[in-house]
This record gives sequence, C-alpha cells and structure tokens, in this order.
Amino acid sequence: MAKQYETVIGLEVHVELATKTKIFCSCSTQFGGAPNTHTCPVCTGMPGSLPVLNRQVVEYAAAIGLAVNCEITRECKFDRKNYFYPDNPQNYQISQLYLPIAKNGYVEIETGGTRKRVRIHEMHMEEDAGKLIHDEWDDTSLVDYNRSGVPLVEIVSEPDMRSADEVIAYLEKLRLIIQYLGASDCKLQEGSMRADVNLSVREAGKEEFGTRTEMKNLNSFKAIARAVEGERERQIELLEAGKKVIQETRRWDDNKEASYPMRSKEDAKDYRYFPDPDLAPVIIDEEWIERIRAEQPEFRTEKLERYEREYNIPRYDAEIITESKKMADIFEAASTACGKPKKVSNWLMVETMRLLKEHGMEPEELAFSPENLAKLVELTEDGTINSSVAKEVFEKIFSEDVDPEKYVEEKGLKTVSDEGALKEVLQKVIAENPQAVVDYRKGKAKALGSLVGQTMKMMKGKADPALVNQKLKELLDH
Amino acid sequence: MSIMSMTAVELGSKIRKREISVEEAVKASLAQVKKMEVKVHSFVTVDEEGALKRAQKVQKLIDEGLISGPLAGVPAAVKDNLCTAGLRTTCSSKILENFVPSYTAEAVQCLERSGAVIIGKTNMDEFAMGSTTETSYYGVTKNPWNLEHVPGGSSGGSCAAAAAEECSYALGSDTGGSIRQPSSFCGVVGIKPTYGTVSRYGLIAYASSLDQIGPIARNVTDCAAVLEMIAAHDVKDSTSVPRKSYDFMGALVDDVRGLRIGIPQDYFTEGLDEEVKEHILSAAKVLEERGASVEMFDLSLVQYAVPAYYVIACAEAGSNLSRFDGVKYGYRAGHYEGLHDMYKRSRSEGFGAEVKRRIMLGSFVLSSGYYDAYYLKALKTKALIKQAFDKAFEKYDIIAAPVSPSAAPKLGKSLSDPLKMYLSDIYTISVNLAGLPGISIPVGTNKEGLPVGMQLIGNCYEERKLLRAAYTFEQTRVYERPGVVKMGGEA
Repeated sequence: MAKQYETVIGLEVHVELATKTKIFCSCSTQFGGAPNTHTCPVCTGMPGSLPVLNRQVVEYAAAIGLAVNCEITRECKFDRKNYFYPDNPQNYQISQLYLPIAKNGYVEIETGGTRKRVRIHEMHMEEDAGKLIHDEWDDTSLVDYNRSGVPLVEIVSEPDMRSADEVIAYLEKLRLIIQYLGASDCKLQEGSMRADVNLSVREAGKEEFGTRTEMKNLNSFKAIARAVEGERERQIELLEAGKKVIQETRRWDDNKEASYPMRSKEDAKDYRYFPDPDLAPVIIDEEWIERIRAEQPEFRTEKLERYEREYNIPRYDAEIITESKKMADIFEAASTACGKPKKVSNWLMVETMRLLKEHGMEPEELAFSPENLAKLVELTEDGTINSSVAKEVFEKIFSEDVDPEKYVEEKGLKTVSDEGALKEVLQKVIAENPQAVVDYRKGKAKALGSLVGQTMKMMKGKADPALVNQKLKELLDH
Repeated sequence: MSIMSMTAVELGSKIRKREISVEEAVKASLAQVKKMEVKVHSFVTVDEEGALKRAQKVQKLIDEGLISGPLAGVPAAVKDNLCTAGLRTTCSSKILENFVPSYTAEAVQCLERSGAVIIGKTNMDEFAMGSTTETSYYGVTKNPWNLEHVPGGSSGGSCAAAAAEECSYALGSDTGGSIRQPSSFCGVVGIKPTYGTVSRYGLIAYASSLDQIGPIARNVTDCAAVLEMIAAHDVKDSTSVPRKSYDFMGALVDDVRGLRIGIPQDYFTEGLDEEVKEHILSAAKVLEERGASVEMFDLSLVQYAVPAYYVIACAEAGSNLSRFDGVKYGYRAGHYEGLHDMYKRSRSEGFGAEVKRRIMLGSFVLSSGYYDAYYLKALKTKALIKQAFDKAFEKYDIIAAPVSPSAAPKLGKSLSDPLKMYLSDIYTISVNLAGLPGISIPVGTNKEGLPVGMQLIGNCYEERKLLRAAYTFEQTRVYERPGVVKMGGEA
C-alpha cells in the first residue's frame, strides 16, 4: 500500500443517569421489571399528560459538564425532536438542540505515554426511548415503555481522535469521571453507556476531512476497537479501489466483525426541532454552579498523585485501585483505619481482583466494608492469624462482609502461639516421620517442607508456618 | 322557576339548603339534555348512568358536611378535550373515537373536589381547531338562538349546552378565542384566564403555549365561582403559575368608578360588522355612565396577530398531534402493510381536513430552511404584541373590544374559506399570544336576534378588574334566554 492514511474519529456518547426516577415523571428508572410496569401517562405519551423536569437530572448533567471542563449554559432549554417510531410514545423526543446545558469542554487522555486533549463540542440532556420486542411467530411487535423517559446525557466530541486506542482511552476517561461523580454506572453491556463512532479517513498530511460514516450498536470496548479497525479498513479499501465513501449510518455486527448500512444521508430525517412549550427554561445560576463545583469529588488523576505521595504505594498499584471509585474508596478508608496502605493495596490487587474475576463481578459491585479489611490486615500483621487463614477469612469478608475478629474467634482460627503445644506436636511429627528426618539431615531441604506440612495439618492450619519452620530446624539441627 | 333556568350559584344554594336534592338537579339536567339534544346537539357523550351514581355520592358528601362549596351538586359539562377517567374523551375526532383515559384532567378534578356532577362531554371543533364546531367528527352543534346558525367554536358544545340550559355551567378551552367567541355567539359569559392560571394537565393539547381552560356560564357570578374552583397552582404542569390570590367572587362589585377603559381604534376598521360595532360602543358608553373613563387608542400590530398565531399554533399542534398514530390508543386503520403504511392510513383516515391542514402547515413552518423565516419570526411578533399590550396597560385597566367581526354565521358558510375563517379570530387571538385574561359578556342581540358579545381584556393576573367591569355591566341588563329554550325545545 503506497499511501498512508490517517483515521479521524469523533464520538457521540449516551450515558443513562443514575436518578431514581425518570426525567419527566416519577416512575422508577430501575433496569428490568415486567414490561410496562414502570410507566405512567407521562412516559407512555398519553393525551393531555405533561412533562415536569427532574431537578436531579440537571444536577448530574451540570456536574458532568463541569468535570469535562465545559461552559454551563445559564439558561438552557428543551427542544422537541420530531420523528415517528413506536418506541417513542409521543413521536417526539424531548432533547436539547438550540441551548444545550454544556458546551466547549475537553478531557485529557493518555495513550502510549503521550497525552492529548479531546475536545467536547457539547453535551445535552434528553429522554430515552422504550424498547421494541419483535414477536417472530406472530409477525407483530410489542413495545415496553419501562425505559421511556429514563434520563440521558449525550456527550458529543470533536473529531479529535486518531486511533482505536485513543477512542478507548477517551471512553475510559469519561466512564471514570462519570462513575466518580456517581452520575451513572456506565455499563456498556446493559446500555447505560452507549457510543456511536463517527469515522473518516484521509491521506496523511491532508487538512481536509474525508467523508464520514456513523457506526451504531457497539456494546463493549472490544467491539468499539474492532469496529474502528474494521471501518478504517473498509474505507481505505474503497478509496484504494477508486470508489467513494458514502455518508451513512452503519450497524456493527460484532459476531461477524462487519458492518451493514442502516440509512444514508439521502434519507436523513428533518427532525423539525423547536422549543418544547410544555417546559420552562432551566435557569442555572452562579450559586447553583458553585455548589455543584464544590461538591465535585477528587478525580482519578489527582488521586493517583496523592496515593503515591500520601500512601507511598507504587504507581502501578494506584492505577489499578483508582480504576474504580468503589475500590479507591475502600482503599482510602481501610488504609486510614489500619495505617498500612501497602498491605491494604495487596489485598485489593491480588485477592480482591481474583475473587472479582471468579465471580464475574465489576469492582463497582464490591460490597464489603473497609473496616473489616482493615481489621484483617491488623490480625495478619500482629500474627493472630497466618496468611493462609487470612485468605480464607478474606473470602468470607468479600462475600458476606463478616467481621474478621468475630469470625476468627468463633471458628477458632487463631494461630497457636503456645510454644509448649507446638513443641508437643513437633515431637510427634518427628517421631512419626523418621525417614523424613533422615533425609533432612542428609541435606534434602525438601524433607523439611514435608514435615512443616505435616505439622500444619495436625494443627489444623492454625500455626504460624514461619515459626514451625524455625522450631523444626532448632529441633532437628541439634 | 325550573331547576335548569336557575344560575349555577342559585341552584348550588338551594342544594345546600336541601330545597333541591343533587339527584333532582342532575335529573333535571339530563331531562333538559334529552329535550335539547335533538335540536342543538351540544354533547358527544352524555354520561347518564355515571352522573346519577355520582349524584348519590355527592349528596352523601354534602349531607356529611364534607363538601360545602357554592356549586356542590350542580350539574356541569366539560369540553371533550379534557380527559375524564373511564369516560370516553374524543376531542371530537374519529382518531379518538374509542379512547377512554385512565386519568382525569386536573381542572375536572378541581370541579369534582368541589362536588360537581359531570353529566357529559361537549362537542367541539376537532382538536379545538376551528371557529364553528363544524369540524367535529360527531356532527355539528347548532346555535340555540337560531338552529340554522353555528354556535361558534371551538368550545361550541360547551357554550350551546350552557345557553340551552342543559347544564348549569361548562368548561371550555381557549387557544385563540375558543371560549370567548362561542360565548359571544351563544349569549353566555366565558372567561379565558391568564396563561398559567388553570392547570393544563389532562387537557389534550392543541397549542401548548396558548391553550388555557376556562369557565362558561350564563352570568358573570357563576363564571367567577367556577374560576375559583379551577384556578390553582399545579406541580404537574410546568407552565402553571402560583398566584398571590385566588379570590374571584370578591371582585363582583357593582362599581366601575375610576376604572380606565381603552378601546383600540385599530379594531374598529374595515371588516367589522356595523351592528356589532354599535353594540360594543354603546356597551362601553354604559360603563362610562357608571363611572369608568373610556377612550380610544392605537394598539398597533393588529394585522400581524393572525399570521403569527397560525404559525405558532400549527407548529405546536403538528408536534402535539403526532402521538395519535394508531400504535397505543385510538383509531387504527383496518388494512395496512407495515409500520409506515399503518401510520399513514390511520392518520389519513382518523383526522379531518382542518386538522390535516394545520398539521401540514405546522410541519412546513418547522422544516429545515423555514424555521427562521416563519417560526422564529412569529415568536418575535408574539413578543412585540405582548409589548404593545404592556404599553396599553400602562394607561388603561381594561381594554374593551369586539369578540368577533360579526354575530354567528349560518351553518356551512365558513369552512369553504379557511383564510376568511382564520381572519375572523383577529380580536381574540392576540390575547392568547400575550397570555392575557379575557372575558366575553353578552351585550345585546342583532336584528336577526343573534347575540353579540363584548370582550374585556386585562393585564396578566388582573381577572378581578375584568370581573368587576363585567359584573357592573351585567347589572344594567336582563338575561335573555334563547328561543329554543323558552319554547321547551319545541321551536
């Protein structure tokens, strides 16, 4: 291939906000539920019903806007986007076009050690649509309005990204910021975060953008990466063959790793946007903005620096821990409680990650209290329990949030520190394993391990293996 | 005096004193409906069974002392664009012929909390689009004063029902004159309150930024009593405004001394019927004699109100009416192939010609490339019209004006020339654009024996001044009953 091509990517990201109730009515936003049970006249578009704005939606949206360095619109408005589709009960979506809540922001991303800014064009609030369910046997479609009216923000970036890596870095950054704010759980699989990818290619060095396509139906970071690569190749192949890229919306099929056209620019709809006369303008005054600003949490970048400085843990640890707000919260609270951040970090990095993977859970789903982890660290450090018992206890903390002090007490898991008792067992073990003793004395180090194991077994794991080792040596070396 | 010829307040008082039972009142109303409907046809749906059941319940509440309002137990009618739980609500359209709402409009609930008995849903122009009640899918309503004439519209059914004494009072809705104009044509009193005074929750929207629900009755006192029942701040309607006072009955004073009344001379130009003009001027004279000051002034911008109104109202209507698609409720075409064909056929078959015209007009003015030229320009015009009124209200307490260029036209004469029909809204429309309160009161009849109404317009939240002037004027004349009512339906 003679020519070099550059990929130009801009993203439209939809995020479902974590409000308890919908954007324009008091129905629950809970995911799931029997069809059409979280509905009322407002979110099913019944004649005569009227929307009333949920203030918490503005609160979250403004917080996200501030966190991604946007200007907040002091008097923003809602507009109606008119189009017919059965998942949209009013046949218009209440959204924002003319005066969106936030504009002109940016986020910093880092890929391969290089930092860059991805600019944000604007961010607006809108309502989600319902879901169509197609009955293949009966040749009919059914509609579930439970999701209708769930609040969304749409974050529209400038075409500033140049690779799949940058796209993922940008999305990760947004996800972390929004999760840190508690404004959404940002789960791609469940659709609480959705990204549409606008992509074009151009010959390296050219100023002018190529014709772009919009890719939809991207349900995971991996699918997004594959779709970016796939679409880049498809467009380059077209250009190399002397053909043109058509401006269109395409649907990604991740199983087939291929995309298919949905609609072209020619059938682009005229949405006839106009200000929604049922809703008053939203006035966001200086005081409100200052309060939201004051309530902004410490984000990941600041945390990373502070962890290295304040807790003296390695950068690598800090990066893993701060990938989830929940994990970072646990880390900080447990470290404060026990004063041993590196030990806490070890529990999070090794055992916690292992158990999360084993249970197929996200870090945000962690449910144990940091106090119990702190107690566990103390019990281990002061030798009350040995490390294998500690692992067992931690599994209980992870799954049932048990108080390790009580648990160790109740189950009698304390390390036996009574040297007399230990000596008795050791002598018994030595007496019962004459061959191992001979082997050890002949210089076979392995034999000692077998004796330690026997001892631990007889003591039901409650001995300190290091102590056993030491005492055995003392006895045998004499 | 028959039960139904009493005013609502008189009947309410007799019910309170146990001189008349709620059941007697409701039965009298239903009997009058039976007599009048063949002639007038004010109703789309009469809820005889529901009303009789409700009468028992209300009587019990009154007896137990749980309801004591001035209109408790009094039979009322509501326009068929107000949702009533369990009772079909059609907007006089085929597309909603089978629509039974699951909830009741806030304004109707206000009535019910005060002990009203709703006897039925009144006819209207389809989706409140029209000035004659002839665009209804359920047949035309006739003017009780002369059955060959229209009752006006779009609240023609409510006004005809009140005039024909089928109910003691009714609710209507007014987007561009839809309460005031038919009130004028039917010789009754109708109020369009300040925008935001009555909750629109449950009112099937025509043009959301202009729609307002209001009372229709046979005198000013009854209207004030009903307004007191329905005016309230409602958190379910984001455009509802909390007011300092909801006392309207207290404004019923027979005294206009010191009141400054302005008459816009730009309303008295070509196109205004001579007889109507004379009636308005002499009514103003009456108020002057009673102590008000009256003078002519230039309101300006009058000719821009109609075009601005039709752009804004149709833009909103096109969007508001898109939910009627055959998917969730209402009419669905019998035969179709696929989703888009179902939309197309259901809407083509379900909507009438005038509604389709306004949806198309609304879609056009919002289309890409036309938005600035039409919709934005209309919004700017609306703002200028509001400014013109603001200026006028610096000098005057009240503006007195005609309601319509003529008295009620003959049936079948209006729809063939929609432009002319639109222009006849010229005196009422700017009140909606500016969000102002307006009242229409009967001031006389023309040579044909048709009623003529006068419109009084106030500044925002100044209904009390309108009520005071209207009440004072009303004291100078005797209420006239339409011929068909005097003849007991035999005319």
